[in-house]
Amino acid sequence: MRGMSLIVQTVARLVAGMLFLFGCYIVLHGHLTPGGGFAGGVLIAAAYILVSLAFGSVENVEQHRYTFSSVFESMGGLGFVLLGLMGYVAGLDFLNNLWADYGTPLRLVSGGIIPLANVAISMKVGAGLFGIFLALGASRFVMKD
Amino acid sequence: MVPFLACIVLFLFGLYAVLLKRNIIKIIIGFSIMEYAVNLFFAFAGFKREALAPIITDVGMVRNFVDPLPQALVLTSIVIALATTALMLALAMRIYEKYKTFDIAEIRRLKG
Amino acid sequence: MLESSFVPLLVAIPLLGAFVIPLLSKLWEGFADLVGNLVSVFLLGLAVYGLVHLSTGATGIVYKMGGWLPPIGITLVYDSLTALVVLITNLVVFPALLFSTRYLDQYTGRWKYYTLFMLLLAGLNGVAISGDLFNMFVFIEISAVASYALVAFGTRAEELEAGFKYMVMGEVGGLAILLSVALLYAKTSTLNLADMSQSLAAGGHTTFFWFALGTILVGFAIKMAMVPFHSWLPDAYLSAPAPVTAVLAGVFSKVVGVYAMSRVVFNLFGLSRTTAPAFFDMLVAFGLVSIVAGGLLAINQRNYKRLLAYSSVSQMGYILVGFGIGNYWGVVGALFLVVAHAATKGLLFLSARSIERSTGTRDIDSIGGLEKSMPVTAWSYILGSMSLAGIPPFAGFFAKLLIVLGAVASRMYWLAILAALFSTVTLGYLMKVIGKVFVGRKSTEPTPAQESPPMILLALVILVVVVVLFGIGFQPVLDWVVQPAAEALFGGLAYARLVFGG
Repeated sequence: MRGMSLIVQTVARLVAGMLFLFGCYIVLHGHLTPGGGFAGGVLIAAAYILVSLAFGSVENVEQHRYTFSSVFESMGGLGFVLLGLMGYVAGLDFLNNLWADYGTPLRLVSGGIIPLANVAISMKVGAGLFGIFLALGASRFVMKD
Repeated sequence: MVPFLACIVLFLFGLYAVLLKRNIIKIIIGFSIMEYAVNLFFAFAGFKREALAPIITDVGMVRNFVDPLPQALVLTSIVIALATTALMLALAMRIYEKYKTFDIAEIRRLKG
Repeated sequence: MLESSFVPLLVAIPLLGAFVIPLLSKLWEGFADLVGNLVSVFLLGLAVYGLVHLSTGATGIVYKMGGWLPPIGITLVYDSLTALVVLITNLVVFPALLFSTRYLDQYTGRWKYYTLFMLLLAGLNGVAISGDLFNMFVFIEISAVASYALVAFGTRAEELEAGFKYMVMGEVGGLAILLSVALLYAKTSTLNLADMSQSLAAGGHTTFFWFALGTILVGFAIKMAMVPFHSWLPDAYLSAPAPVTAVLAGVFSKVVGVYAMSRVVFNLFGLSRTTAPAFFDMLVAFGLVSIVAGGLLAINQRNYKRLLAYSSVSQMGYILVGFGIGNYWGVVGALFLVVAHAATKGLLFLSARSIERSTGTRDIDSIGGLEKSMPVTAWSYILGSMSLAGIPPFAGFFAKLLIVLGAVASRMYWLAILAALFSTVTLGYLMKVIGKVFVGRKSTEPTPAQESPPMILLALVILVVVVVLFGIGFQPVLDWVVQPAAEALFGGLAYARLVFGG
């Protein structure tokens, strides 16, 4: 995929980092404010997609990124299922909110496993969306089999 | 009642596009329209007059919220719609590679 | 609590498998086979455990996700009907995955196949155990999306076309189900099946009630390929990889179509033959159309896989007729046919693939005399055909006998005669295949063919044993699996009492 013009590249250089950070903020405050794992994951994916679109890439880099996103996606899903199974380890139900902590407004470290679940979901969604973008738009290598 | 019927009409528009359009991309757009119609329906179902967005910002808040459950459902159904749309577009791309057309009338190697 | 805590594992374990496979197969390709088959063995064990657990006297298990109570939290319900569905799902998936280990030698991307298969399995188990309508929809979509991708897995032109066709039909069905869920939520303000059933029972049979029921049934009818919506089925079954076809024909249409439909009709809308005779007559009518159309389309096929696909349409018609008869023996017969047909169709599609693998053709006129060269495959196909056609002492016979008995008990003699008559049509088209493909013809030489590798034969033998056991041991199957499931359906609103523990 070819890169875009200097203007786009300059703006992307400024915006991508902020987009990524904003995504992280949405994920980490998912149990307190609107948003959460899905919305934050989409923002993080958007940051990666922006960089890919603006600066372009060659085929083997895309291959590498595709593997990377696939690994992260699996790890996110795995993390969520393992969080659910942790309820068993504690002798409770599946997906039990382990510390019986239903969240305190405006307190970041609260809400039991909900923030952790948000992080897992954001990994799954962010990496998944980036993978979809690569598979659909960026590359021809997925087509070769 | 009227908004609900409007949603159903929108759903039928989408169905029309899916059933009668010949271009694969237009069929996919039809699916998107149907999904939006159902999502809109959910949003209407949770509406309550003079109610707030269901966000707790303070502990002692008066709780006159709209029903937050439909919004969670809409989010879930958007995720599913995303997955199906992405898969459909991927299939459409592969079909275009093999047949060099998006016209379903010309994509007929299978009989029946 | 601990003995009931296996319920969420039915979904969590295949999901775990689906996420572990892509990671591990980066290290070694063979992990995909290993993990996939381990998961299916484990789930089969869980399904059997669940059945044994229910047979000790409990009417059902209600599992509260995260400890939240029923109308608010997500509940998982494991009653006798669920136990039946989970059992047949994992009973067919286990040999199908064994078959896949050798089948995939012709493809690249082994881990993608297994990941999708695990998602399909998670979705199917999830539909069976979910006690809430929206979760049921989500699991239906998970399994459906995985199956669309699996149908197009070969990425040849025909496979992509069949996949797209299937996807368009399936998604219209999925959206119809979602629309109905939205309608019901707007009306009852709840999603829990038990809570919603009580609310609907209080509301009476209004126009809205029938509209919501009709919308959701259109969705299920598309998923189970009832006759006006059957056009995707033969193409999708022919194009999908053989183990996937076995799961689609054997299990997917049963779980997503029949199970979800019967759960919604009997337990959610609380209908029965006495309260809504016209509705049940309509089910019978649609079932008959499916039987006749499927049977007639199957007779003229020269492609043995397409013939099996149309035969599926016809057999789904029998199941629908059984439910439509609506008395006890009709429903028991329909559920027994669900069990019998799942194993039988799985076996037939797998052995059809084994024939195609050795001979390279799907045309029944260009092969013959395979009984000599591929005895195991040939006999598993023949035994499967006999069960499907309803020859005693196989499972298919008892299922159809029960349906006919049900029709006679309801004084629908014409229906009994028609059902018996079209059973001979089934026998006719299956005998045509057996006569041409397996029994040696005098005029031509037997087609040279090699028996398939042992792993494939093992999968076939497992399914043959299952089919024969369901036939010979039909009394225990009836007592332990099918009749409790029928009672769970006839309980109607007793489902709500089970969930709320009152």
